[in-house]
Amino acid sequence: MELILDGIIEAVRLLLSGDSEVLAVTWLSLKVSGLATLLSLLIGVSSGTVLALATFPGKRLVAALVNTGMGLPPVVVGLFVTIFLWRNGPFGHFELLYTPAAMVIAQGVIATPIVTGISMAAIQSLPANLRLQILGLGASRPQMVWLLIKEARLPLLAAVMAGFGGVISEVGASIMVGGNIKGQTRVLTTATVMETGKGNFDTAIALSIILLSLTFLINLLLTIIQQKRRPR
Amino acid sequence: MKKLISLCAVILLAATGIALAAPKTIILATTTSTQDSGLLDVLVPQFEKESGYKIKTISVGSGQAMKMGEKGEADVLLVHSPEAEQKFMTGGFGVTRRLVMHNDFVIVGPTSDPARVKTAKNSVDALQRIAKSGALFASRGDNSGTHAKEKGLWKGAGISPDGQKWYQQTGLGMGQTLNVAAEKKGYTLTDRATFLALKKNLGLVILSEGDSKLLNIYHVIEINPAKWPKINAAGGKSFADFMVAKKTQETIGRFGVEKFGAPLFFPDAGKNPASLGL
Repeated sequence: MELILDGIIEAVRLLLSGDSEVLAVTWLSLKVSGLATLLSLLIGVSSGTVLALATFPGKRLVAALVNTGMGLPPVVVGLFVTIFLWRNGPFGHFELLYTPAAMVIAQGVIATPIVTGISMAAIQSLPANLRLQILGLGASRPQMVWLLIKEARLPLLAAVMAGFGGVISEVGASIMVGGNIKGQTRVLTTATVMETGKGNFDTAIALSIILLSLTFLINLLLTIIQQKRRPR
Repeated sequence: MKKLISLCAVILLAATGIALAAPKTIILATTTSTQDSGLLDVLVPQFEKESGYKIKTISVGSGQAMKMGEKGEADVLLVHSPEAEQKFMTGGFGVTRRLVMHNDFVIVGPTSDPARVKTAKNSVDALQRIAKSGALFASRGDNSGTHAKEKGLWKGAGISPDGQKWYQQTGLGMGQTLNVAAEKKGYTLTDRATFLALKKNLGLVILSEGDSKLLNIYHVIEINPAKWPKINAAGGKSFADFMVAKKTQETIGRFGVEKFGAPLFFPDAGKNPASLGL
């Protein structure tokens, strides 16, 4: 118990003293996972909407694949992204392995199916007549899609939170493709693993508390946006 | 759709920009002990300042580090698994292999010492006592340098521990394996540097040490660019030269004295390997 208390005190101390390394690690976590979530939103919301609205043979199979992808194990993603990004691998000439960009890619791969799956369900759960109504009122197709996305705002923001929560907390892929390099690719989760390995449990607890607070703040912000009353 | 692709590209470029603005980088694959003991946190910034290169330290077991070297995914290795290193060199994967430093392995265990390892004559006797008493032994089990050394010691003691109930493989790094041993009140083989760095939280004590078989020897290996043209050979050489330079060797010898009262590594550059029993 004393250890946890020490950890909390250490967390407060690290934050208040403005420890530059901890701040840099926290900022990188936010940046990498934020960009990955943004990437997954661009791909996920659009492909989720397409999947929800379009009809084509094999649609159920694709939907089942997306839903399976929502539980993609981060280590598996990490392993494959590593192999693809190796110097002598297919994308080696970009020299991306062990960079934050590689982490954004891996986390993006993890988050995209989550966002796609929830977006698909969100759009599908809208009343079927709504589409007809909107079109009937003379909207163009892009306008109709935009209105549907706006209508599904609540569950779509839940998709953002699920995607972000999934990637900011994952460690398997980040440590494999990032390498936990000091000052370059060390994020909160990989630093926690390392400090635990070093036996610095108080620092590890402190980093965990910072991670939890950070995710809480982000989710608080998103929830406020989500629950805000719709302007009439 | 076009917009979407270009937006994705912009995001990736933004992320890449953070990293690639740096000068040419060197990938150093090394063991967990050099990282967990904190030695590299001292040496790497010094090297980066002097040379202008950026180092990417990937800290894994010696086995994995050498695999990365074989596949051309690292430029330079700092490892401690002499037998495997010799095979690596014979295979033509390395250009030069130079002696850097040593410390030693120790057998640690709970203060209660149920296998009475403390009174063992040497490391062989110690392992035989552990096997005979059936007390738990936590093995790295990860092909690291420490694991290779441990396997050699068991072989020397005429015991095959695999599959025995008292022999548990963690598959984790040294720090975490020490935690497992501490938690389960078991024995383990560890390098002295990691043990000293972690001792305060463990409740384990050194029970067998000083045997010449327990030496832990580190070499720096430059990877052969003839096998993999993408290797940063100049960078690898620059780091290897740095590791054996006089000033660096002095830093290594001083490392840990302030915090632990004794050095964690002993500099060996330029010494005859035979003097360490190689």
